[in-house]
Amino acid sequence: MSAPTTTPPERPAGRKPRQLSGRPGLYTSYSQHLRLLNTRPKLVAVLALVLLAFAMPWLAQDNTLSLLGLACAASIGAIGLNIVTGYAGQVSLGHAFFLAIGAYTAAVLSGDPAGRTIGFGVTNVVVWLLAAGLVAALFGVLVAPLATRLRGLYLAIVTLGLVFIGEHVFKEWRGLTGGAGVGRPGPVPELFGVNLADSGDVFTSDQKLYLLMLVCLVVFGVLARNLARSKVGRAFAAIRDRDIAASVIGVNLAHYKMIAFAVSSFYAGVAGALVYTITGFIEPTSFNLLLSVQYIAMVLIGGVATISGSIMGAFFITLLPALTRESPTILPFISNDASAPLNVFQVETVLYGLLIIGFLIFEPRGLFGIWTRIRNYWKAWPFSY
Amino acid sequence: MKELLSSTLAGLGQGSIYALLALGFVIIYKSMRVISFAQPALMLAGAVLVSYLVGPFGFILAVILGVVGIALLGLGLERTVIRPMVGKPVFVVAIITLGIDIALRVVINGFIGTDVRQVGDPWGFSRVSFLGVTVQERYIAMFLTTVVVITVLFAFFKYTRLGLATRAASFDQETALAQGISVSTVFAMAWAIAGGLAAIAGTFVATGVGVDQQLWIIALKALPAIILGGLDSLGGAVVGGLTIGVVESLVATYQSDFAPWLGDNFSVVSPYVVMLLVLLVKPYGLFGTREVERV
Repeated sequence: MSAPTTTPPERPAGRKPRQLSGRPGLYTSYSQHLRLLNTRPKLVAVLALVLLAFAMPWLAQDNTLSLLGLACAASIGAIGLNIVTGYAGQVSLGHAFFLAIGAYTAAVLSGDPAGRTIGFGVTNVVVWLLAAGLVAALFGVLVAPLATRLRGLYLAIVTLGLVFIGEHVFKEWRGLTGGAGVGRPGPVPELFGVNLADSGDVFTSDQKLYLLMLVCLVVFGVLARNLARSKVGRAFAAIRDRDIAASVIGVNLAHYKMIAFAVSSFYAGVAGALVYTITGFIEPTSFNLLLSVQYIAMVLIGGVATISGSIMGAFFITLLPALTRESPTILPFISNDASAPLNVFQVETVLYGLLIIGFLIFEPRGLFGIWTRIRNYWKAWPFSY
Repeated sequence: MKELLSSTLAGLGQGSIYALLALGFVIIYKSMRVISFAQPALMLAGAVLVSYLVGPFGFILAVILGVVGIALLGLGLERTVIRPMVGKPVFVVAIITLGIDIALRVVINGFIGTDVRQVGDPWGFSRVSFLGVTVQERYIAMFLTTVVVITVLFAFFKYTRLGLATRAASFDQETALAQGISVSTVFAMAWAIAGGLAAIAGTFVATGVGVDQQLWIIALKALPAIILGGLDSLGGAVVGGLTIGVVESLVATYQSDFAPWLGDNFSVVSPYVVMLLVLLVKPYGLFGTREVERV
């Protein structure tokens, strides 16, 4: 028998909601429920995770750090795709295009003015990172009118077309991109007069870049989480769940779809700039359909319409190649040689496809859903309910 | 003038390939309201299968066997991967087909290897001239084959019981079920037909140039074709496919003279540019059903 519960009385607006003594898990107001870290375990776990992440430069090897940094950067891109596809429900296969816009904006701004490709020599990270996001967002706003006229699979095909047109432009505009097979150097990260890509006395380049990515991920992750629980986030969810109903209750579809595309493209632009800071090299043919599919895989495997899910998915997909590269030691029939009949690159690509299919059929809520199940199981342990 | 004519004829030939592929997309779309992104993989599989069969069986028999084989492959995919997803949101099913495409293509690439495989067609690059207009024989073969296939297909939908069932199911699934139509048979048949069409298209795409790992990209050009014609219109798919083929061919012929600043091989992406322009003017294509609800 549970103790008799009383419904909390309505509180006048403006007064701080009081926590009931002895019932820390009981919410007495909507704002408590909507808080960023609404339970104590969540608060503790998130803080511990962030601390661990910031301690990583002293715990992990440099090549691991560079991989983790890549995963952090990809997480930002995945969050961006999740905003437009997960929260607002607008299927976009064109994420690779926006990543490319961001990567090239950053590379052009920070590039060597005397180099083979266009460059302006503005190497400050803050400047080119914001510029990369803003230029990508501008392209997102340009695409948004199509999204307000179309829906569902029509939109998916149009954004697919965007990837192909973008790929052609990047291949042909040699002054900007260096051309197919040649490429150009990635953005130069400089902060407070220190080039983060050079190894210094205190930190190696991988450590510095990892910290940069981590700070960016924390900032953009919190921003996205806040967006999702605001009026805008609720409008996105309404559009996703039933666009006609949303417009009937007063959600301006054109307006919010444009916001969704702009924010999503901003994140993609930032992610593109950061990813290619780590890899240090931009090859124009890499912004193809497979890249878009990788980001869709991150969102679907991580969990649709969740920020933590996007991060989990991005880490999963980014670290997957590292795992498959190790697979020949365990599974001797897989070869490391790219020309062999069954090699690690093929296994990797097949895994993208199979993981997408598997997660959609067996766990549509993704890694986040698996985590929710684990959490709920231990909540009541050792009782089953 | 002669250049214009021969370019148009080549475009019609290439466009008939797009029409076949577009029909595959539209047939699946009409039956289950899903765009199957697995079509490129099926097309590539068809071309590769024919390239393996052509040695022992000869070209004609190899194509027939290839069509049957890929139709069975489509059937198998529908039964194993798509069937459990019936009733789920279309976006989910579409992404699953994308996953199928990626996984399947890697397997097929293993059969292609690094060299170019030949489908052993009797045409190669040989040309015929008629009244001074030169056109490659393979384009004529493509066009004629497509005309035959499309005629058979339209007759099938119009005059057979299964065709009638398909039309009923695409009109209203639940009512069709209530009338005793097996909608699952309709789904299976749609995937089988789409697979068969993809196999024919793949074989013809590979005539002359051969099969390599990049061939699949051609199948995606059927997407502009179906957008142009309207997602749910069979006739629109044919018109859209032919239009896209002709536009691409004309751009390939004249763009280097009139607009060289667009870069080399602009013709490859011209279908997508056409698609964007069409969508700005007519969001549901030339012959597509206009959805009543506005958003």
